[in-house]
Amino acid sequence: MLLSMNWICDFVDLSGLDKLDLIHRFSLSTAEVENEIFMKGSDIDGIVVAEILSVEEHPESKKLHLLKVDAGGAEPVDVVCGAPNVRVGLKTAFAPVGARIGEITISPRKLAGYTSNGMCCSEAEIGLSDDNSGIMEITDDIANGTLIKDAYAVDDIVFEVDNKSLTNRPDLWGHYGIAREFAALSGRPLKAIDTVDLTPYAGLPGVDMKIEDPLCYRYACIQIDNISRNISPVNMRIRLFYCGMRAINFLADITNYIMLEMGQPMHAFDSRKVESIRIKRFPEPFEFQTLDKEIRKIDPDTLMICNGDTPVAIAGIMGGLDSEIVDDTTALTLESACFDPVSIRKSTVRLSHRTDASMRYEKSLDPEMVVTAIGRFLLLLTQNDPGVKVISSLTDEYAYKYPQVAFDFTRRFVDRYTGIDIDDETILNTLHSLGFGASLKDDVFSVEVPSWRATKDVTIKADIIEEITRIYGYDNFAVHTAAAPLYPVEMSTEKNVEEQIKDMLVKRYSLHEVHSYIWPYYDDFKALGIEVEDNIGLVNSTVVIRRSIAPTQLCQIRNNVSYAPEFGIFEIGRIADGVDPETNLVNEHKKLCITLFSKTRTQEQLYLYLRDMVAVLCDDIKHRGVTFEKAAQAHSWQHPKNLNTILCAGKAIGEMGLPYPTIAAKLDKKAAIVYAEIDVEAFAQIESGSIVYDEPSKYPEIEVDLTFLSPVFAPIGDAIRAAQSALVKAVRVADIYDDEQGRALTVRITFADKTKTLTREEVTAVTDAVIADLEQKGISLKQ
Amino acid sequence: MLEKVNELKQKFAESLQAAADPQQIEALRVEFLGKKGSVTELLKGMKALAGEEKKEFGQQVNLLKSEIADAIAGKVKELQQAAIEREINSAPEFDLSAPPVLDRGSYHPITLVQRECEEVFRSMGFTVEDYSEIVTDYECFESLNIPKHHPARDMQDTYYLTNGQLLKSQTSAAQNAIYKKYRKALVEEGKPIKAVFPGRCFRNEATDACHENTFFQMEGVMVDKNISISNLIFFMKTMLSEVFKKDIKVRLRPGFFPFVEPGFELDISCLICGGDGCPSCKHSGWLELCPCGMIHPEVLKAGGIDPEEYTGFAFGLGMTRLAMMKYGIADIRDLNSGDLRCLSQFTQDR
Repeated sequence: MLLSMNWICDFVDLSGLDKLDLIHRFSLSTAEVENEIFMKGSDIDGIVVAEILSVEEHPESKKLHLLKVDAGGAEPVDVVCGAPNVRVGLKTAFAPVGARIGEITISPRKLAGYTSNGMCCSEAEIGLSDDNSGIMEITDDIANGTLIKDAYAVDDIVFEVDNKSLTNRPDLWGHYGIAREFAALSGRPLKAIDTVDLTPYAGLPGVDMKIEDPLCYRYACIQIDNISRNISPVNMRIRLFYCGMRAINFLADITNYIMLEMGQPMHAFDSRKVESIRIKRFPEPFEFQTLDKEIRKIDPDTLMICNGDTPVAIAGIMGGLDSEIVDDTTALTLESACFDPVSIRKSTVRLSHRTDASMRYEKSLDPEMVVTAIGRFLLLLTQNDPGVKVISSLTDEYAYKYPQVAFDFTRRFVDRYTGIDIDDETILNTLHSLGFGASLKDDVFSVEVPSWRATKDVTIKADIIEEITRIYGYDNFAVHTAAAPLYPVEMSTEKNVEEQIKDMLVKRYSLHEVHSYIWPYYDDFKALGIEVEDNIGLVNSTVVIRRSIAPTQLCQIRNNVSYAPEFGIFEIGRIADGVDPETNLVNEHKKLCITLFSKTRTQEQLYLYLRDMVAVLCDDIKHRGVTFEKAAQAHSWQHPKNLNTILCAGKAIGEMGLPYPTIAAKLDKKAAIVYAEIDVEAFAQIESGSIVYDEPSKYPEIEVDLTFLSPVFAPIGDAIRAAQSALVKAVRVADIYDDEQGRALTVRITFADKTKTLTREEVTAVTDAVIADLEQKGISLKQ
Repeated sequence: MLEKVNELKQKFAESLQAAADPQQIEALRVEFLGKKGSVTELLKGMKALAGEEKKEFGQQVNLLKSEIADAIAGKVKELQQAAIEREINSAPEFDLSAPPVLDRGSYHPITLVQRECEEVFRSMGFTVEDYSEIVTDYECFESLNIPKHHPARDMQDTYYLTNGQLLKSQTSAAQNAIYKKYRKALVEEGKPIKAVFPGRCFRNEATDACHENTFFQMEGVMVDKNISISNLIFFMKTMLSEVFKKDIKVRLRPGFFPFVEPGFELDISCLICGGDGCPSCKHSGWLELCPCGMIHPEVLKAGGIDPEEYTGFAFGLGMTRLAMMKYGIADIRDLNSGDLRCLSQFTQDR
C-alpha cells in the first residue's frame, strides 16, 4: 500500500521532524516499509501556471500550434505546442526556459522553424497523473506565474508498506490509522477526522433497506441528489495518483479517496436501481455481471446486495454493471457497510477476484467507521460541489457489534514479558497515544481496547505487550541472557544413529546423500515402467504418498547414469505405509535407502559389496552381526530373486535387492544396480552390543584353505559350526572359482589356541570332521 | 720367488680390471683364491724355501691373498652399487601433473547447514528433536492458535491427505508435542524447555528458482519462568553470530504469526556488506532472516503449560534459505534434484 506523507500530515502535525527518520521508525515499530521512498515533486522545478493568449496554426505542421502565453512575466512568451487541447484562455502548466523536468533543463528550442521558449506540459509530464492526452487544464482562479508547487500539493514523500505486514492490522488500511501510528511514534496529537453532522437529515424519509443475512454486520446508506461536478479537484487526484489509483470521476474518486483515507470501502448506486435494498444470499447459483463487465458465477455462499430480489452488487467485493452511476443518473444511493471477513475472503477465493475493497473487508474492518465514512463523504462532496442535496435520512442497521474488549494486567506482567524496566508513565502514554483507554490503580493497569483494534487484533493482555514494546522500540532494549539453570543435553539414539549412518556412507563408502520428494516421480516412473502403488493420497488429487524410497532412487539413478561408471546414492527419508484403521493416522516410517550403480562390477559383486556395507553398518554402529533371509517379492518393481530381508541381531530391519529386470534394462543394460532400504527407527532401537576385547593368541595361528565344490557357503559354514571346535577363530571365503566342474569356494579357516602352540593333528582333526560331514551331504573337496 | 708374487699381483690386477659382472668376479676368486687357485699354488712353492726367505715369502703371499680378497669385495660392492644406480635411473618418474581423482562421497547441503546449527544450539543447551512429516490438523494449526478460517489452512496452501491429516506446512507443528514431552520436567524439576526441531515442510506452491513445495526449516523454543523479549534478542544474536561465525547485529520488527504474541520479523546485518548497504541487501544493510516471538499464551495452554506462570520464545530458521545463502545456490530446485553434478560438491564443511 502506497502512503502519502502529506495525507498523514492532515491528521498529525509532524512539522520540524525528520520525516524519513519517522518512516524508518514506523518500519521498525509498526509495519515493514519497502526500501524505495519516492520524493514526489523532486523531478520538477520552476513549472508555473500560464495562460494561452493566442493560438496560431503552424504553417508547415498540422499538429503544431504557435502560442503566446502569459507566464506571469512582463512579456508574453512564444511557445510551439503540439497538444490537441490548446485554446485561447486555457490555463496550463508551463515549463519556462530554465525550468527543470527530470534531467532536462528547458532551453529555447527550434521546432519546425519556430523558436519555442518553453514547453506546455501534460499532467503526466510533470508527474501529477498518467494523463498524457493533452496539456494540463488549470482552473481560472490561479494567477499566471504561480509555481505549480505552490498551487498544488506536488511535493510529497510517498512510501510503500508491505501489505503482508498489515494482515493483522485492519486499522492500518487507510491513512488515518497510519497517522495514528505516526502520532504515537512522534508524541504529537492525532487530529479528529472532519465530517458532516448527519443529524439534520434525520427528518427526511429513510431508505428502504434490510439486512436479511447474519454475514452483514452493519449497513448504512443515504441518498444524495443534484450532483454537478464530474472532475475531482487536482489535489485529490494527485493524492489518488501518488497512492496508485487512477482518477475516474468525482464520485468514484471520493469513494476511493475515503477508502485510502479511512480504510472504509464505499459504493455509490444509481438510486433508481436500488429502491429496496436487501442483503442476502441466494439458494441457487446464478450469473452476475460486475461493473468491470465480467460475467461471474455466484454460488449460494456469496453474500449479495439486492434490489428486492434482483442482485445489484457482490457484497464487499464489487458492484454490478446494471446499478452503476451513468450519465443520466440524478440521484445516488451511497453505501457504507461492514461484512463478515471470512465470508468475504472465501467469496473472493471462489470468484478468483480480489478487489481493494475485499482486501480490506477480509481483514475484519471496524464497523464503527461505517457512519463516520458517510459523514466524511458528504463533507468532501459539499466542499467541492456545494449544490448537492441530501434527500434521505441516514439509514443504518447495526446487526452485529463486536464485543468490547477490556482487561487488567499488572506491572509485573509487563516486566516479566519485556525483561527490562519500562516505567508506568511510558506505558500509559503509549496506550493513550494509540487510542486505548488506560488507567493505573494500585499497580493494576485497566485497559479498554478501541473499536478499531478490537475486531480480532487485540484480544488478550499479551497483545498489549506488543503495543508497549513496539512503540518503546526494540532497538532500545537492553539484552541479557536468561537466568535458566543449565542441564546436560542428551542426543537421542535415533538422531545419533542417523548421523553415524551419514558419516559412514559418505566417508567410508563415498556415497552421495540426496533428497527427494515424498510422492512418486510420476513421469520417471512411467518411463521406467514402475507402477505407482496405491496409498494414502492428497485431497482432490491423484497424487499419493510413496510406499518405498527405492523406486524414487531408481529415478534419480536414471538422471545420473552418465555421472560416473560407478556411484552410489543414499537418503534418510519418509514413506507412508497406509493408514492405521484404528487411529485413522498414517503409518509414517523413516527409511534409509541406498542404491548403487556400477558398470565395472557384476551384479553379484555389487550385491555382495552392498551386503558388506550393511554388515559394516550394523557392526560399526551397533556392534551387532547381520544375517540375511530370502524374502518374497512385495512390490512389482523388485526382482523376484535376490531379494533379502536384512536382520541385525536377529531382528528384521530392512531389505535389499535388485530392480525388476525390465526396469534395470531401461536404466542401463550393462550396469549393475542394487538397493537396500532399512527402517531407521527399527535399526536405532536395536540394543547395541559392546566391544569385547579379544586378546590375540601369543602362539602362532594356523590358516587352512579348503576348496569345496559348492555354489553356496551355507552348508560349509554349518559343517564348521557342527565341528564345535573352540580352536576355530575365523572363517571366510578366500576365493570363488567357476569352471566346468561348477563353482568352487575356497574357505580359509583360522585356528588359534591361546594356551599353547597348536599341533597339526589338532587342526587336521577339525578339518577332517568338516570334510567328512560335507562328503556325506555330497559336497566334495575340489581335486 | 718374490717376483712370482709380483707377477701374480700384476696378473690379478689386470684380470680384475677386465671383470664386468658378478660371474666373472666369482671366476676370478676361484682362479686366485680357490683351493687350486694361483695363490694356493704359490704357497705350495714355499716348501722349497727356508729361514728368513721363507718367512718373508709367506708374509708376501698372505698379504697378496688379503689384497685380492679385499679387491674382490670392493669390486663386488662397486658392481652392486652400479646395479642399484642403473635401477634407480631406469625407474619411471610418476606424473602428478594430471588432476587427482576425488573418489569421495558428499553430504546433502541441508545436512551440513543443519549440523552446523544443531551444534550451536546443542552447545547452548538445546535438545535436538525429530518429528514426523505427516501430522494432524491439531498439531499443525489448532494447537498453534491458528483459527479454523485462517488462510494458512486453505486447501491451496496446504497438502491435506484424504484421512484428514496433512503434510506439515511448518516445523511449528512439533511444538505441542514438545511441550507435552517436557512439561513435567519443567513444572516438577524446574528444567527449562530448550529444544530445536529441524524438519522438512511442504507447501502447495508452483516451483521455480525461488519457490519449492518441499523445504527445510528449524524451529526452536525456550520456555521457563520469566523468559523475556530481552532474552529472545540475546539468544538470537548469540546463536546467529555462532551460526554465521561473525558478530551479527539483529533487529526486530513487528510481525504477525498466530502462534506468537508479540511476533517479530528478525533482520540481521547484511552478511556481505556488514550493514553499509549493497546490492544483496537491496542497499538497506539488513536481511530479513527469521520470524520469531513470544509464544502465544493459547499455544502454551494447549501444551499443558500455564501461561500465567511461564513464558517462552520461539523462532523459525529457514534451513533451505540458509543453505542457499551459505553456498550461493541460486536455484532452489537444485536441492531436491538428486543431480550429482550439483550435490557431489558438498563435502564436510566445518
